[in-house]
Order: sequence, then C-alpha cells, then structure tokens
Amino acid sequence: MITKEDVEHIGWLARIDISEQETVEYMEKLNSVLGYFGQLDELPTEDVAPTYHVAEIYNVFREDVVEESLPQEVVLANTEHKQDGTFRVPKIG
Amino acid sequence: MVYENPDGVRIGLEIHIQLNKLKTKMFCGCSTDYHNAAPNTHTCPVCLGLPGTLPVLNKKAVEAAIKVGLALEGEIAEETQFHRKNYFYPDLPKGFQITQYDFPIVSNGKVVIEGEDGEHAVGITRAHMEEDPGKLVHIGSIGKSKGVLIDYNRSGMPLIETVTEPDMRSPKEARRFLDKFRNILEYLDVFDGNLEGAMRVDANVSVHWGTRVEIKNISSHKGVERALLYEIMRQKNVIRRGGKVSQETRHYDEGRGVTLSMRTKEEAEDYRYFREPDLMPMQVTDWIPAIKETLPELPDAKRSRFIEQYGITDMHAKSLTSKIMLADFYEDVCAEGVDPKIAATWTADVFLGELNYRDLAISSYDGKKISFIHAKDPKIKNSFKVSDMVELVNLFAEGKISDRAAVEVIRTMLDTTEEKTPSHIIEEKGLFKAEDDLVTKAIAETIAENEAAVQDYLGGTEKSLNFLVGQVMKKTKGTADAKTTRELIIKELKG
Repeated sequence: MITKEDVEHIGWLARIDISEQETVEYMEKLNSVLGYFGQLDELPTEDVAPTYHVAEIYNVFREDVVEESLPQEVVLANTEHKQDGTFRVPKIG
Repeated sequence: MVYENPDGVRIGLEIHIQLNKLKTKMFCGCSTDYHNAAPNTHTCPVCLGLPGTLPVLNKKAVEAAIKVGLALEGEIAEETQFHRKNYFYPDLPKGFQITQYDFPIVSNGKVVIEGEDGEHAVGITRAHMEEDPGKLVHIGSIGKSKGVLIDYNRSGMPLIETVTEPDMRSPKEARRFLDKFRNILEYLDVFDGNLEGAMRVDANVSVHWGTRVEIKNISSHKGVERALLYEIMRQKNVIRRGGKVSQETRHYDEGRGVTLSMRTKEEAEDYRYFREPDLMPMQVTDWIPAIKETLPELPDAKRSRFIEQYGITDMHAKSLTSKIMLADFYEDVCAEGVDPKIAATWTADVFLGELNYRDLAISSYDGKKISFIHAKDPKIKNSFKVSDMVELVNLFAEGKISDRAAVEVIRTMLDTTEEKTPSHIIEEKGLFKAEDDLVTKAIAETIAENEAAVQDYLGGTEKSLNFLVGQVMKKTKGTADAKTTRELIIKELKG
C-alpha cells in the first residue's frame, strides 16, 4: 500500500510540489495501479527468472572510433541560459 | 615486527579513475581529448542526454575493465550489466548516471603494498564501470553560489570505480596503496594520471574500530594522506573529550588542510537503482584468455627481474619500477651497454631525486627521451634523452668526471630547455676532472701558502684540513675529487 508519506517522498525525489488534495488523489491512483500488479502476484512465479529484456541479446558493443561531436552553437541552440559556451543554471542547493 | 595499530585505525578507499587512454567516451563516439578544448565542444545527443538517444557501450572500455580486474587479481563476472542511478543534479543531463550496481564486472581482488610491518594485502571489494558526469563551475563560492556553469565535455567519460576493503591501518598505507594502484594502471596503459581530474578519491576512516566517516572527493595522493591524518586526529579528540564520532560525510579543504562537515540532507539518498533497459547484459568471460595474453609485466614482476637481470639493489629496482616510463627509460639506457649498477644510481637516486625536488612529474616516454611536467604548473616542462644518460654514465664510469660534476650536469640539464649534451655542459663549465699533476701542484701551492692552517692541522685541529681541501678545490675550480684531495694532503703532511 502506498501511503500519503510515500507520495510526498516521490514528489520530493522528482522535485514536484504536490498539494494536499493532489497527494490524496495520487495515492488513490497509484494504489489502483499497484492493485493490478496484485493480481499478477497471484500467479505462481517462484521458478521463473525475472525478465529484464524481452530479447535475449548479449554483448552489444561499439568500436573505439571517434565520431564528430556537435558544434558548440548547436549544443546551446535550444537554451537561452548560456554563458561563455556553458549552460548557466540556477544555484543548486 | 607486527604493527600494533594503537588507534585501531581502519581506512577504506573508493577510487574513480578515468579510462582516459581510450579514444572515445563510454557510450558515444565523442572524443576523450577534451582537456584543452572550449566547453561543450566534445558532446553529442547521447552524452547530452537528449530524448530518444541510445547509449552503445565502448568495447575497449570493457576490455580495459577486465585488464584492471586481472591485474588486481580479481574475479571477472560471468554475467554483468548496467543500472541507472537516479538523482537530481545537472552534472548529468539525463537525470541519472549509468553505472553498475549488484553485478559489477570485477570483484574480490587484492593489491599487496608495503605496509607498516612489511608486505600487506589490501582487499579489493569490487571494481565497476560507469560514466563520468559533466563539470560544474560555481559562480562565486559554493556557499554563496549565484549560479552554475555547466560544461558537458566530461559527461560520459569512461570511469572505473574501485572499492577497497577497510584494510589500510594508517594514512601512509592509504597513500602507498594509491601510488601502487596508479602505477599498475599506468603499466596497463589504460590511464594517464597526469591529466586533470584523472583520479578522484573518497576515503572512509574510523578509529578504535568505531563509526566510520567518509571524506569526499580528494584529488591528490598527498591530499588523501593529509586529510586522513587530520580526520584521525579529529576523531581521537572527539573520543578523548568523551564525545561520540557521528557517521557523516565530510569535505576536505585542501587549502586549510582540514575536513569539514557537509550539510546533512534532510532526506536519505534514494537512488532508485534499476537495470538500464537501453543496454544489453554482457557475458565476456571468454575474452579473458586473449586479454591475459596482452597483459604487460606488472610492477612486482618487473622489480624482481631488474634485481636478477641487472644485479641492482631492491631499493633501486623498486624506485625504477615505480613508474613504467622510468623503467622503460632505464632499460633502454642499459641496452646501450652501460654499467647497469651505475646507471641505476644515476637514474633512481640522482635523476629521480632532482625531479622530485623540482616538483616535476614524469609524463611520457617515447623510446628516446623521457618527458616531465611541473606538478602544479603544466607550462613548465622538459625532457631528458636516453643518449644523454648513456653519455653521462660512461663519462663517470671512465673516471672523466667526478660525482659532483655529474650531479651538476643533471641539474643543469633539468634547469635549461636548450639542447645541450653532457659533454657540452662539462666543457662549458670546465667540469672535467683535473689532471693528477694539476691537483698535485695545487696541493703543493696550498701547503706553501697556508703555513698557519698546516700547523693547526698538525697540532690536532681537524677543521683546518677542511680549509686546505677547500683551497685546493678553489684552485682547481672544483674539478679535483674532494676525497682524493683530502687523502693526498694527509699523505703529504703526515707521510
């Protein structure tokens, strides 16, 4: 069961302000989603290895060959917040 | 002798090293050669974390990780994979770092160091691959930051994080571990420790087997030793006053040489690790035999061989193999047919000693000359040729120059970037050993001219002998051998 505190914690992790009313609403919605997984829990899965990838592929690599990087002006094209070739962001605290 | 460890000190290290000898980043084809580049010129949609991009792992990074694992005598995992470590900080624009979690590629290794009481094994818990975050520059101080400037050139650089067991019992052992570890990595040719940010260390330390404190992000080996010395003293003081050491993370202030408590977060870290769905798992143990073939001779093996092959002392062998570039330089000098013992003395004791005195760090060796740069000011750099060392060793071995003159030659060569051979310098400075009759003449003159000093010496004033030797040195412009001169004067006066 997801509690109100869990929702507040998730909100903090995602740096989202959630109002008191929303907290209750999200708690109910998240619990109903978890309810579906509750149904899956009824299936016997003790002998089934977890599936992390649907395709059974291993060892996908790239050779160590340099490719062209983007020009600085293209990198910074989508932001207004730039200074001396860098991204400028508010202080972090 | 067994080291008692009177304060019950336990030190463990977490070391991040950049695989900066690779040509490209961990998950994209951006070049790793960004150190002198303008910000954000070595980035692409992958390392900028743009939506819809997919990481593809650099095969050479995995090979390098296996090399490191084998050199650390660790186990290579049958199956290994990546995880996402989620956190809110703009140094990685994706909002998470791709790293390894419960399936690291390397586990259970060890490194044998020279401990407080002889050989001491430090356990390696694990070593895993991950990507480096970008570089943040705070406008103003961290405390009063007005904003942050971000350069993503470093973002996605291939890293290996190595975690040791808390097996080190003193700051000195921690430093020796780091020296040895760096040396091994340079032997493997996966790492250049001279580049900025190449190695970052977190240290955890406790005293009297108590609570451990973590010190974050120390950038030099000396810094680690100093930070630990300070932190051990601080913890002992807390206990002496009847207090309790609290579990916390501290920051090392290099300028003041102290560790400071970092602001504690209100909520515990919650990285929500989960498997990276964009990267397939790896099964690479079948690469091991081929990689083993490519492993170079490692420091300990080279040290033993040097003693055997060149008949040099263990001290010299240890010093010469403490840097792969120095070891190669020495072997190439010896290959020119010089006396290996004399070459060892001049390379390990004098040459290396003079480099350390000048704060010069060896940076490369190309088979002809060894190059070095100033540890703090990379604009100061110089090099020393194999052929020059060969010439110097031969001149000394043939008795043409005194040891004082040879030291003078090495110093002069380190202090000038002009192209000059040892013979040039010897000629310019008149350092050739004086002919015997010149010395004999100078001694005769000195005795004749310094009646009083001669009488004092014969009367038992030993100091006067030093004065007479000094006079002879002056007359021969320092080319006479001091020890021989001394003996000759005694013989002359006392028969």
